[in-house]
Amino acid sequence: MVKLKRLTLPVMLTVGVMGAGSALAGGVDRAAILANTCAGCHGPDGVSTGPATPSIAGLPEEYFIDVMKMFQEGERRNTIMGRIAKGYTDEEIELMAKYFAKLPHRPAAQKFDPVKAKYGKKLHEKYCEKCHEEGGRVADSSGPLAGQWKPYLQFTLDDFINGHSEVDKKMKKKLSKLIRKEGMDGVRAVLEYYASEQK
Amino acid sequence: MNMNRRGFIKTSIAGAVGAALYGSHALAAHHGGKKRVVVVGGGIGGATTAKYIKKYDPSIDVTLIEPNPHYYTCFMSNEVLGGHRQMDSIRFDYEGLKKKGIRVVQDTVTDIDAAGQIVRTASGKTYQYDRCVVSPGVDFKYEAIPGYSKAVAESSIPHAWKAGPQTEMLRKQLEAMPDGGTFVMVPPPNPFRCPPGPYERVSQIASYFKEHKPNCKIVILDPKNKFSKFGLFMDGWKRHYGYGTDKSMITWIPADKGGKVIKIDPDTKTVHAEAGTFKADVLNIIPPQKAGAIAFKTGLTKGDWCPVDHMTFESTLKKNIHVVGDSSIASPLPKSGYAANSEAKICAAAIVSLLNGKKMPEPSWVNTCYSIIAPGDGISVAMVYAYENGKIIKVKGSGGLTGKYDPELRKREEMYAHSWFNNITADVFG
Ligand SMILES: Cc1cc2nc3c(=O)[nH]c(=O)nc-3n(C[C@H](O)[C@H](O)[C@H](O)COP(=O)(O)OP(=O)(O)OC[C@H]3O[C@@H](n4cnc5c(N)ncnc54)[C@H](O)[C@@H]3O)c2cc1C
Ligand code: HEC
Ligand code: HEC
Repeated sequence: MVKLKRLTLPVMLTVGVMGAGSALAGGVDRAAILANTCAGCHGPDGVSTGPATPSIAGLPEEYFIDVMKMFQEGERRNTIMGRIAKGYTDEEIELMAKYFAKLPHRPAAQKFDPVKAKYGKKLHEKYCEKCHEEGGRVADSSGPLAGQWKPYLQFTLDDFINGHSEVDKKMKKKLSKLIRKEGMDGVRAVLEYYASEQK
Repeated sequence: MNMNRRGFIKTSIAGAVGAALYGSHALAAHHGGKKRVVVVGGGIGGATTAKYIKKYDPSIDVTLIEPNPHYYTCFMSNEVLGGHRQMDSIRFDYEGLKKKGIRVVQDTVTDIDAAGQIVRTASGKTYQYDRCVVSPGVDFKYEAIPGYSKAVAESSIPHAWKAGPQTEMLRKQLEAMPDGGTFVMVPPPNPFRCPPGPYERVSQIASYFKEHKPNCKIVILDPKNKFSKFGLFMDGWKRHYGYGTDKSMITWIPADKGGKVIKIDPDTKTVHAEAGTFKADVLNIIPPQKAGAIAFKTGLTKGDWCPVDHMTFESTLKKNIHVVGDSSIASPLPKSGYAANSEAKICAAAIVSLLNGKKMPEPSWVNTCYSIIAPGDGISVAMVYAYENGKIIKVKGSGGLTGKYDPELRKREEMYAHSWFNNITADVFG
């Protein structure tokens, strides 16, 4: 599907994209206008109070754009984001991507099993750390896994595993290897580890 | 499609809006250097507007006037009725807003002097403003249903369409109901607050009956022939509550089958409808609705609701007064909490832009309404809205309803519905 790019309105963009405060000398920018419509579901400034909807503060720009496109195209299984993502042009998505990338990710306060988390840390280091660095804290190839809401990560991985969502081939390989060696318990342990990273 | 939208916006923004924001509205008068905004009503629309004005420009002096020390959200109050949640989980206070530097006053606004730009309250105080925001929610046309009245609603037959004591009364009545009793609901005609709400309520109460009082029946006497998320509710009622079979817990009587109510007898909880006479053990009447009383008193209404400019939410009838939330005419945006929250942010941005002599960026809105048909079975409707030719429009290709039944995704939607509740309340009151 070819998306027609919307042009920048000469009259509206008087100020650039800004961070959390989003006010500059009494002005409001278009990126904040767009991004603040998401807060009802994703939380103020993209930090979700859970228990399931993911935080989107601090998602890397490129990943944000990719995932919104995947929602539009139905390549990522979803309950609602397909319906939402289709409401935006490429340019609007880019504006929001820049906006959310600058907002600080705050790890979710959620329950976890410390024993499983400890084992999960080992598994993470073996299978996942290469791309999701520093225990999944570094947001680069995807959003931060550390401190993301556990049910969301579980659903997302389930969809990767069951082939409902498209996923990076190398990532799929590692995930399959983890499951072959450790079963779904291995996946659960890794998720407990990400949930335990609350600092 | 986007090309089209683009073309329209270009001309409308450069022309009409530019003129509106620069031409007719001079810079606000400065009172000791500070610009003053008074917000009437600390519900979803009012609290969000106050919060986002402060967020966008902390130098603006914001006063929020609300009679109640707590706000009970209507959303998720149906889960209270279903016994799946407690009252305290839908209660919020104004401490978060106070910490953000908003002056929260516990009082009732009795009068707004639009010419003098003064708000007066029941306790006799006055508040001068540069811009006033009115978000009083809905009021009820009790008189539209002969036999019903405010007094009856408060003593024995709740509407429970404003959460709080009304919710509690209805829940207690449901708890006291005998197994085998009949619950009768009379939903309102369009337009009204939360279009899927009555049917979500029926679902929640049915889930309570199914578990605790399986011989109870539900009768809906509807003045309409169709309602929001119709197919999804029908499908859910079939799967969970035997709808359409002779064992159905729920009977829905639409207008064309005699659902219209003629009068009620409050003492015996008997409803006289075109289809016949219905005796209820518990009766819930949700009357037809109109804008909050203060909107009428201020001259903000045309018919039952308040016409507003779709970019600034300024009243088209009174200058310097903005109306958001259920009271405003923001169609195609529905009268929902998500919409009120979304409108409020655009109104806040417009007010900040106007008071600072800045350009208002092109607006954007979202609406979503989740409903829980039964435990583990969540559904939703969603839409993205844009501004075109001076009007709010649905963005083509976006939005729509939950797809056909998929148990795994329905479970997720229930969890996401609860997340939505936590996040929107954090966004409004946090
Ligand atoms: C059962 C039910 C379920 C719902 N579920 C959902 C849902 O799932 N999702 C959704 O998006 N929406 C839902 N809604 C709709 C949502 O609650 C409303 O659309 C929303 O509250 C509208 O916000 P508002 O600011 O217009 O009004 P309100 O939130 O009602 O706020 C109005 C406030 O103004 C105050 N006020 C009134 N007059 C004065 C005065 N003269 N002076 C000072 N203060 C005054 C009132 O005390 C009140 O606090 C539901 C509604 C109901 C009834
Ligand atoms: C009605 C609630 C709702 C609204 C509104 C909403 N989202 Fe989402 N979002 C979700 C849910 C739920 C998911 C998980 C995927 C799914 O099931 O749809 C999600 C997932 C996402 C993700 C993927 C996160 C990740 O780590 O991969 C992004 C990005 C996102 N949303 C961006 C947005 C943006 C931007 C907006 C506003 C324009 C928005 N969302 C509005 C509910 C919502
Ligand atoms: C070769 C690099 C690579 C490896 C190894 C890898 N991933 Fe990923 N991961 C990615 C990329 C790239 C994405 C981006 C998403 C996509 O393709 O949809 C991603 C996305 C994810 C997501 C979704 C994040 C979100 O916000 O929605 C999760 C969860 C995840 N990975 C978990 C894991 C786990 C657990 C492991 C180890 C078993 C792992 N990954 C190993 C590259 C990798």
